[in-house]
Amino acid sequence: MSLVIIDYNAGNVQSVTYALQRLGVEPVLSADPEVIQKADRVIFPGVGEASTAMRFLKERNLDSVIKSLKQPVFGVCLGQQLLCAHSEENNTDCLGIFDVRVMKFEPLLKVPQMGWNNLDNMIGPLFKGIEEESYVYYVHSYYAELSPYTIATTNYITEFSAAMHKDNFYALQAHPEKSGKVGERILQNFLDIK
Amino acid sequence: MLTKRIIPCLDIKEGRTVKGVNFVGLRDAGDPVELAARYAAEGADELVFLDITATVEKRKTLVDLVRKVAAQINIPFTVGGGISSIQDVSALLNAGADKISINSSAVKRPDLINELAQEFGSQCVVVAIDSRFVNNEHIVHVNGGRTPTELRTIAWAKEVEQRGAGEILLTSMDSDGTKAGFADELNAVISELVAIPLIASGGAGTMEHFFTTFTKGKSDAALAASIFHFKEISVPDLKAYLRTKNIPIRIEK
Repeated sequence: MSLVIIDYNAGNVQSVTYALQRLGVEPVLSADPEVIQKADRVIFPGVGEASTAMRFLKERNLDSVIKSLKQPVFGVCLGQQLLCAHSEENNTDCLGIFDVRVMKFEPLLKVPQMGWNNLDNMIGPLFKGIEEESYVYYVHSYYAELSPYTIATTNYITEFSAAMHKDNFYALQAHPEKSGKVGERILQNFLDIK
Repeated sequence: MLTKRIIPCLDIKEGRTVKGVNFVGLRDAGDPVELAARYAAEGADELVFLDITATVEKRKTLVDLVRKVAAQINIPFTVGGGISSIQDVSALLNAGADKISINSSAVKRPDLINELAQEFGSQCVVVAIDSRFVNNEHIVHVNGGRTPTELRTIAWAKEVEQRGAGEILLTSMDSDGTKAGFADELNAVISELVAIPLIASGGAGTMEHFFTTFTKGKSDAALAASIFHFKEISVPDLKAYLRTKNIPIRIEK
């Protein structure tokens, strides 16, 4: 299986690479539209700030490349947020795969949410074999609101979309590459999606 | 529910784990990658690697170690010790570290915190503070807690937050090595003062100490070294105990 991690300068992707290698997949890091389009699977990672990331994608025409993809695509962390329509982070228009807003946490608890929290209400193949209330690792200040695309929820200050799905696009707010065995299973499930 | 984190700390010298009490009587305790993997399998929520290698030359082994740890460990880890520049941090993050921690270098040049937060994001910048109670005040110490500074701990904690730190690792030098409990009063003051997570360090001796740091001490995470290394308390036993006390704790299913 060929797997491409989209390389757009959005934080450190070394951990994602290592996690996939532990599952026996050798990912290719690329920003080349042709390489991305031909991959069997695409991971859209991201750590950082939304407007900078969107600018970087647009400068390389990667925004339209991502929107045109037909194979399974997995947006992780900031990647999930960028697949949404709009982010409150610097008032940024995003890719709009999911017609969903990304909001900043009200500072009723410490922000960012940093640490392990539960996955609840999991639906579909991404969560095959994962028990209700399993824990995943989060570091984030913004969240995707609940929507018809929500396939898992987490509660921190408010209930938000822990994961989303539409057509060939999947997304997860947590860091699967840092979420122990549960995270590895989620990545394996993404690899196994038909 | 967001859980409280249990964080074993591994002291690293020239690429090997060392064990000792207050850095006295250090002895080789094996391969850090193996020990890290064991802690991760036992349910540790994160790991901290503290490099106590004396010379800059020998510190280069740290990047190799980080690469090996990142290739094998599936939980987050922080690397600290002797980090003083954007280049140091860049090398460690690119090798796969999730966060770095700075201590004396931040006291010496506080703008380093701003620069690192700007360059890499606050989420990966942990500021470690070593504090000792002197003349009725909590005072920041550097050089492994040996040298007092002019800084008051509480004011410095607020300042590092404002400069962009993503987390504070507060070690009470008064509690460290005593096994008499974490510095709950100081931790609670700082945890309520700042809006970023507080990792309590220094003083862990019993499982009850972890309970009180998460309740009375209001800490978000607790770090300990010797009690885990010397197997006085195991991570699974500690987590099971905290669960019975209704502390939100992750137990992998």
